[in-house]
This record gives sequence, C-alpha cells and structure tokens, in this order.
Amino acid sequence: MSAGRVAIVGVGYTPFRPITPDVSFREMVYEAAAKAYEDAGIEPQKDLDACVTCQDDFEHGRSIWNEQTPDSLGAVLKPVGTIPGDGIYGLIDAYMQIRSGLRNVVVVETHSKASNMITRNYLLAHAPDPIYNKPLSQHPYYIAGMEMNRFLYETGNTKEQCAMVAVKNRRNALSNPVAAYGQKSAVEDVLGSEMISYPLTELDTSSHADGGIVMVLASEDRARSLAGKPVWIKGVGWCSETPWLESRNWGEAVYAKLAADMAYRIAKINEPREDIDFAEVDDTFSYKELQHLEALGLCQRGMAGRMTSDGVTQRQGELPVNVSGGSLGVGHLVEATGLQKVLEVVLQLRGEAGKRQLDNARVGLAQSWRGIPYASGAVAILSRE
Amino acid sequence: MRNEVGELPGVPLTEKDVLHKKVLSTEWDPKLKWAWDTGIGYGRYLNELKKGRIVGSKCNKCKRVLLPARAFCELCFRQVDEWVHLKDTGTVNTFSIAYTDWVARRIKEPRIPAMIEIDGSGGVAILHLLGAVDPKQVRVGLRVKAVWKPESQREGAITDILHWLPMGEG
Amino acid sequence: MALDSCGMTLDGIDCVVMGTAPDAFDMIHMKGENLIDGAGAWRKPYMRGFVGGGTGVFVVDQGWYHVASGLFDTCLVVAEEKMSSCLPHPQGAFITIWDQFTESPLGPSLLWMFAMEMTRYMHVHGITEREIAMVSVKNKKNAMDHPAAQLPAEITVEDVLNSEVMAWPVKRLDVSPSSDGAVALVLAAEPAAKRITDKPVWIEGVGWCLDTFYIGHRDLYYPRYVEYAARQAYEMAGINEPSKEIDIAEPYDPFDYKELHNAEGLLLCGKGEAPKLLADGVTQRTGRQPWCPSGGALGVGNAIAATGTMKVAELFWQLRGEAGKRQVPGKPRRGVAQAWGDELQVGTVIVVGI
Repeated sequence: MSAGRVAIVGVGYTPFRPITPDVSFREMVYEAAAKAYEDAGIEPQKDLDACVTCQDDFEHGRSIWNEQTPDSLGAVLKPVGTIPGDGIYGLIDAYMQIRSGLRNVVVVETHSKASNMITRNYLLAHAPDPIYNKPLSQHPYYIAGMEMNRFLYETGNTKEQCAMVAVKNRRNALSNPVAAYGQKSAVEDVLGSEMISYPLTELDTSSHADGGIVMVLASEDRARSLAGKPVWIKGVGWCSETPWLESRNWGEAVYAKLAADMAYRIAKINEPREDIDFAEVDDTFSYKELQHLEALGLCQRGMAGRMTSDGVTQRQGELPVNVSGGSLGVGHLVEATGLQKVLEVVLQLRGEAGKRQLDNARVGLAQSWRGIPYASGAVAILSRE
Repeated sequence: MRNEVGELPGVPLTEKDVLHKKVLSTEWDPKLKWAWDTGIGYGRYLNELKKGRIVGSKCNKCKRVLLPARAFCELCFRQVDEWVHLKDTGTVNTFSIAYTDWVARRIKEPRIPAMIEIDGSGGVAILHLLGAVDPKQVRVGLRVKAVWKPESQREGAITDILHWLPMGEG
Repeated sequence: MALDSCGMTLDGIDCVVMGTAPDAFDMIHMKGENLIDGAGAWRKPYMRGFVGGGTGVFVVDQGWYHVASGLFDTCLVVAEEKMSSCLPHPQGAFITIWDQFTESPLGPSLLWMFAMEMTRYMHVHGITEREIAMVSVKNKKNAMDHPAAQLPAEITVEDVLNSEVMAWPVKRLDVSPSSDGAVALVLAAEPAAKRITDKPVWIEGVGWCLDTFYIGHRDLYYPRYVEYAARQAYEMAGINEPSKEIDIAEPYDPFDYKELHNAEGLLLCGKGEAPKLLADGVTQRTGRQPWCPSGGALGVGNAIAATGTMKVAELFWQLRGEAGKRQVPGKPRRGVAQAWGDELQVGTVIVVGI
C-alpha cells in the first residue's frame, strides 16, 4: 500500500457565534463547504472521493444524524462516513483513507449548533456511566473540579496560573475576527467569578459557540496539482484512557501523552519543545491547557504554570499557545473544537492569520480532548514543508 | 485454532429473571430539549404552510424543483434561484397502512402514511398522511388533495396540513 | 472470543475500531467512550465509526484502512448493540431520525417507512407478498443451525402471510427482531496475518455510499446507493460479474424484502429478478449462490451494528470451511457482505476471499 504524504489543501469556516438563529445547520455547513472548495479549487461532485463528518447524535438532538450529511457537502452518492467524535479524529480518518491508497481527495466536516441544545447540562449528565456515576445526579463539571484539584496538588501549579491561561486566551481572541468571546480581563476577575466546582470558576470554563468548519485533504500528487498552498500532515496520534472515573489517572492527561507519543513517532520528532513552533491545545477549562502542555512534552511536568506566568505561551513568547483564543476565547465548538485548532494552525502556517500572525510559524501542533467525563484525545502535527 | 461458533459462554436468562429483578437495572427517564433553527430554506417553507401554500425552491442550473424548499441545491452545490408555489394536489407514489405507532404500540384505527408527488414539482414527493379514506381504496397512483387546518390554528408546521383526501374517487 | 480464536491477546492489538448505532438505544451521551473498556481499547488508538444501520460493515471497511494506511499491523473491530435498554420499545430511539421539520411531527415509525419502500418495490416490479415471504422462511430455517440465533424457526409462507399486519404490507414475520449482541474481528496486515494464521481470509474490496437525505427526490424501488457502494468494492476486488464471481452473499435483511432489494443493489441479479432466484432455490444454502446462509437478521437477530459485522464473520467461517452445520458446500472462495441504513439511504459493502 502507498503511504505517501497527505496535505490539507483547503479550509472553509463560518464565524463562531453564541447563537446562529439565522441559518440551519445545513446552511451553515454549506457556507463552510463552499468556502473550502473555493479555497482548494475543487468542484465537489467532480473532485471529491469521500467525506468524513464528525458529530455525536445527542449534541444534535437527532438520532442517526449522519443521514443529513451528504447534501450540505455536495456529496450525494459519495462515500460519506461519520466519526461520532472530535474533529481531529475525522481528520485522522480522512488521512488514513488517503494513505491507504483508497482515496485522493477527502473532505472533513464538523460543526457546532450548541445553541440549539436547550438542556445542555442535563445532556452532559447522561455522559457518565449510567449505572455507577449518573445516579449521583451531580452536574458533571464536578469531574473537572476534582481533576483540577488533583492536577494542581500533584504538580504544584496554581489556581492563579490557571486564571492566567483564561486571561491570555480571551485576550488573544480579540485579534481573531471570528472568535465569540474575546475580552480583556484580569486574573482577579477569573478567581473572583462564580465558583462552579471548587477550584474551578466560571471564567475558568469555556462557553459554547456555533460554527462550521470544512477542510479538504489530498494525496501528495493531487495536492501538487491544486492551486492552493498545501499544509502537510506530518504526524497524527490518538488514544483513549479508561472510561472509568474510578480507575483513571486524575493528575495527568495520559491520553494526550500517548497520542502525542504516536504523533511524534510518525512525524519523527524527538525534541518536541525544539521542533514545535506553536501549539493549539485543548483549553475547555483553563487548567486543561496546562495539563495538556505537560502531557504533550512541551514542558516538564509541573512547569506549565511557570511557563505561562513567564509569558512563554503568549503570542510574543517562545512557544505561543492558543493564539486563536482557544476554546476559552473562540467558544467551545463541541465536536468542532479540535478542528478549530487545526484551522488556526493551517492559517498560521499559510501566513493568513491577519493581526495575530506569528513570525516564525513552520511546524504547529493541534490537540483535542473529547471532554467531560471521558479521557480520549487526538493530536495532529502540521508543517509548511 | 478453530473459529467455529461452538458452545457459547454464559447463562441463559428468561423474561422472569428480568421481571423479578434477579437481573438488576437502573431506570432513567431522560428529559432533553432542543430548539432547532429552521434557517432560510425551511423557514420559508414553514411560513408558507402557515399561509396555506406549498412552496418549493428552484435551481436554474439543473432545473429541478427542490421540495421541501431549501436554500441551496445539493447536486449543483449552489444557491437556489427562486421560490415556486406549487399546487396542494398530488399523486400517491407509495404508501403503507400502519397499525403500529412510533414506539411499536398497536393502534386500532390504522394511519396511512404516503409519499405524495406534488403537482408541478416534476415528481418530487413529500411524506404525509392520507385521511378520511377507506384503506382498501388506497393505491399507488391515487390522486389526492391537501386538507388544511383552519387558518387561525396554523402555526407554521408540516401539521398545518391535516391530511390528504382522495380527489373525486374517495 | 475473536482474540482466543487466533491465539492472540490485547497486547498484540495496535488499534481498535468500534461500531455501535444510535446513542439513543442506551441513552448514554458519547456512548462510544463508555464502550472503550469493553472493546479492549484502554490506552489504545480507538475510533468509532458510524453510518446508522450500515455501521456493521462500515467498521470493517474502516478497520481495513486503519491497517492499509500503514499506521498499524493489527486492528480489532468490535460492533455491539444493546437495544433492550430502550423502553418502552427501541423503535422510540428512531423518532428523531426523520427530518425534524417536515417529517417527525407526523409521528412516523421505521415500520411505516420500510413498508412504503416495500410497497414501491412490489408495485414497480409486480412482486407479491407471497414471493417475498420465502425469504423469511429460508433465513429463519438457516438460523436453526446458528448457535447464537435468536429467532430460528421452521415456518411456512402461509405463517408469514397470516402473521399480524404491522404496517401493510409488512407483517410480524416479515420483520427481524430487536436484539442485543456483539461481534469482534481481528484484522492484520499481510505479514502479520501470515504469522497469526495459516488460513487468513483477505479483504479484497471495500465500498460505502450515502444517498441524498431528501427521500422525496428518490425512487424507493431501487437502492442505487447500494449499487454505488458495491461497484467500489467490486472494482477494488477485480470483479466484473458479481452474479458469477461471488460464491456467497450476506445482504442485509432486517425485513424479508430487503434481502431481495439489497441483492439487486449488489448487482447479484437484475432489477426485480431477485424473487425468481429465490423461488428457483438458487439462494438456498445448497443453491448456486446462497444468500444469508447464516440465518441473517431475520433468523439470527438484528442487533443493528453487530448484525453487519456478524455477516462478515459468517463469510470468514464459510470461506475457511468452519461453518459447521451451516457450511455451504463446494468450497466457496469469495463472499460479499452488505449493510444498509439511515433514512433508507446508505449502503456499506465488503468483499472477502481466500
């Protein structure tokens, strides 16, 4: 089988907004897809070999929601498959289809219509194990509170440093015209905001946004023949830690560590801190950014807080993290969250990030986490060359 | 290394075991709520139903009428060009005579779902129900006409059409 | 059991692909995550694939490209469904699968929709309920020899025709039951496969296809999406004449008419010709091209995602000559399995051979 290189050759997205009552999800996806196809210079019915879409049924309130996917992508009567999971999983699925030699051009789609989910908290209560955990009837954010507490305890990072992540990312979002929650704030604002589940406060937590993202992937031959600037997928990795709250490692993001190990191995990266120029990592909660940076090997264990307070992860720092604004600043896009991170890496590598463009962006890392209450996640490493 | 399914492991359970709670379970009645945005295409479609009209949209590239009306043509992958009003009459493309409801409970009076090709659409069908008709008379090719709710009761929903009635022969 | 059968342990598994249909059966949000430990995916790359009722065969296709991508040597494909958790009846899990604005408010059920497809199929070709009932008789009888079967039975065409009408023309015995079940397969790249077993069954072709969601724009008498999926798989497998080059078929048979409908989509015969092959005995286990020698969804049970994978497992046993009492005579060398689902719109296909 061929195991050639795979590139992202086109991206399209809609602005990320807290509500989008003006469009249906189909119309939102259509807009993102039309932009992505224009960006890649392809016509869907002629050029598309397959599509991968990412969404879980309940987020949508539609059972077997994947039936509605082909139309919005111009992919009627094409091979369309769905990954009920985060967008980076979809990216990886498309990457494997191309690497296997089965396809040349594959589209990845994911979107959020989080605003249509009226009883969101109640839905999340249906995610923990139905026999052991659900009957405790707690708002599942208690799981984040417990994890944050254990992480800080084990590593010596502090609540203040977590708050700095929230301040940084929302500030970064002010330079991202499609981000929903950009704002100037201070560490005291975060620490003083309403307590959700000690030590996690309201401003440590990302809010949801709607939006659609579509990407076009192509084999090396095909990528070379298209007009756009290809961004190469150098490595991917994904991993699931145990689903049991009772047996998980609460202090460390093992899934992120193992996923990163796999991605670094494929990308032939031995010194991630040297080779990765910038990263978009999961920041569903502020402490998650710190926990993930350590798991990804971008700093030593216990040093992510220090790195943050020293300004290393600022846009002007040595290792900019979540320049897009992250989930805290852009808005949490449910299953589209990981692909928003890939999107930022692509825009930075193409030099199209506008006001927030980094000077020396050659290799970038995007990482996702599936979210409370589970411990699964994926990593993608992208490069200009 | 034989792969044949030989003896299956496990203990057989009977319905009694479950009913008598020898097998434990946890019960939960989910209360979840969504409010789906109709968007441009379906928003127009439902608004027109409220006015007692069926509207489709038209793609001038492939010349198809799209029904239910929508904002873009999924085959040409472009925005639609115009809205077209269609008649509230049509032809049964296929049907069933259903004695069960959506959770498979028996119902006494059967419901008759049908795919109805709407006149003027070029053969595009919508799902709806036939009403006030003897099940024995229903057949593929039956001509039918919409029966609308009184205007004051319409709310911009597919149920603003009560059901469809055979024309002339029913 | 899959690992035991090839003398492996989870340590030898590089990645896991999970197939399970709507979360609504279990009312577990992010159900795929909840199944990680059961699927043996702890601390492994774990991917859930989903195309509604077509999932069971799709995940095997997906497992194929996990391995064929060169990222992994081995892949464990697991498919499960536990429909009995859903009360009062798992049909309720389907109320939101229709168009929320133009269909769901009418209160449709799966039975209605399938019944309308069956009506259309019968109408266009002039096929009778009696001809279709033969499928149910054949498959339930085949299932008598399947140790994991839920509804094996010896019944007659009259039994099917006289069973209670659920949604005309669909009657009780035209329909597969709702079921709980799980199936697992071990996939391996060529060198690894040869180390693991001296009787590997090779995946020769994969294909899947999704038609438009707008059901009113399609003619339900023929599943063109199954044909598109089959053509992908046949091209990859180098098959030109499926009716001759396929020894065994496991088309998806949640309803008896679906076996015929899907077999036509698989190009095993011309449009509307499937009932004749059935009547002539061609598709019996001892016939020229057996369809559903396992007993299919009608006989073995229909644990949605697991059913499609069960069909692939059946081909595995048949091609290795290990199907016991179900063994198809004549040393079959090649088989096709297929699943179907969504709003009557997805076909997933796999061709395997030795």
